[in-house]
Amino acid sequence: MREALIVSRKFSLEESHTLAVAQKHGAYKTLQKLQNLSPVEVIEIIKESGLRGKGGGGAPAGNKWALMPQESEKPSFLAVNCDESEPGTFKDRQIITKDPHLLIEGILLTCYAIKAKHAYVYIRGEYYQYQQVLQAAVDEANAAGLLGDVEITLHRGAGAYICGEKSALLESMEGKRGHPRLKPKQPEPEWYFGNPTLVNNVETIASVPFILEYGAEAYRSYGTERSPGTLLFAMSGHVERPGVYEAEFGVSMMEYINHFGGGVKNGKKLKAVIPGGASTGVLTAKEAEEVLLDYESLRAMGVSLGTGGMIVMDEETSMVAVLKNLLEFYHEESCGQCTPCREGTGWVDKLVGKILDGRGSSADIDELLEIAETMNGKTICVFAPAVSAVIVSFLTRFRDEFEAAL
Amino acid sequence: MSFSFDKANLEHIEVLKSRYPSTQALSLPCLWMAQYQEGYITLDAIDVISETIDVPAMEIYRVATFYTMFHLEPVTQKRVLVCKTLSCKLCGSESILEHLKGHDVLVEHVECLGSCGTAPVMQIDDVNYENLTPEKVDTILEALK
Repeated sequence: MREALIVSRKFSLEESHTLAVAQKHGAYKTLQKLQNLSPVEVIEIIKESGLRGKGGGGAPAGNKWALMPQESEKPSFLAVNCDESEPGTFKDRQIITKDPHLLIEGILLTCYAIKAKHAYVYIRGEYYQYQQVLQAAVDEANAAGLLGDVEITLHRGAGAYICGEKSALLESMEGKRGHPRLKPKQPEPEWYFGNPTLVNNVETIASVPFILEYGAEAYRSYGTERSPGTLLFAMSGHVERPGVYEAEFGVSMMEYINHFGGGVKNGKKLKAVIPGGASTGVLTAKEAEEVLLDYESLRAMGVSLGTGGMIVMDEETSMVAVLKNLLEFYHEESCGQCTPCREGTGWVDKLVGKILDGRGSSADIDELLEIAETMNGKTICVFAPAVSAVIVSFLTRFRDEFEAAL
Repeated sequence: MSFSFDKANLEHIEVLKSRYPSTQALSLPCLWMAQYQEGYITLDAIDVISETIDVPAMEIYRVATFYTMFHLEPVTQKRVLVCKTLSCKLCGSESILEHLKGHDVLVEHVECLGSCGTAPVMQIDDVNYENLTPEKVDTILEALK
């Protein structure tokens, strides 16, 4: 597997979070390139690079940037999503603690392209110790005069998974409950207090300096045609060396797990892998052997790439217990705005709990699938459809285990 | 019983007002400040925040009760957050929870703390303690006494 370091280039350096070390290794150099590029040209480069949003959705970043008005009476804003709460995902915290200046550089480049003078970084409340590292870096960059006329404000969340959803994030940043908004019919920017706003994940923004430094083609030289570049993939669970390791899209999942992770822990056999954070479904060991790590390959298997945070499970893992654990999470984290989600997450949690306790019947499995069907496509955001897909994914692949537990 | 922000917080609030398009954006920052200042969020603090940022007190209360990290009741014990989500569970969080029963702390079972690669994890006073074992828990809690 060839080395592919775009975002994690400086991670292993000592004191990599300080301005001195970052600048010694080239940080902020791309800002000079802006003298010869118009904002629209920057957006074109990002479009050509094929950069896709790295917060889970994988939407083309350049298209999203192009939705921002170049001429507007209202101020434009950038909101960087560091609400990293998807179980199995712990990559953005690596960026803000190991190379915060890369993120700041990316923010400055992005603000130039979308003509924003103010960027917010929304950081989950549980990441306060990491937020302080980023704040120190922002202060250092500001003192060195690197921020120019851009202000960067870190905004702390307070414990709500749903605030990772971009419209819920903005509601939260407006000082309200984190309730997702209805999707517009036509593509348009997000709105922060009625002002056009771009929301992008930390890793997406941290990929921008490389693209401007080396060009769109250099970025495309990694990954696949439709999933260009790299991702901070990660592994946790039953694996020898859990952690975040950057790799290009399109590598084999098993090769990744073996190469970086040293294989399944304690020499046990693999049973299943959740490919990219809890909400992406589950793969059997056989599927994990075959699949490649890019958006299209995972989609073809009926799951998603998500954030690339893989959760590895060995042969002794009970899939009923795993699903129960995930459903507890969703029940706890449903924002409560839509009835099918608020009530449904509770019902499915109870039902799987019943099966796990050995009190279930085959009618419960049918009911579980029926509720999953009801929860799908009837809510404001994709939380409930994701829960629905997770249930279906587990029951399709491991139904015998659920039946054996009845 | 009444509440007022201390001088440092009042100064910070003024700085923040210049950084957002509306003072309503300050509800979470103000709730955090009140919580750090008093240990928990009192109804008096909610009234003061309401006046400070010109948002109805009921709306501040709605926000305070939505986010799991805001506490509206005082606690005397040390609060220990233990992640119970999947990666931590696969790596033994249950034995940590069991072990904590022997300590005089308030254990809260929380969802993913973003330490999946260094599981299991607990968080005390905003600091993550990772790769936990029962022995490590004893050492950490002893040092924090």
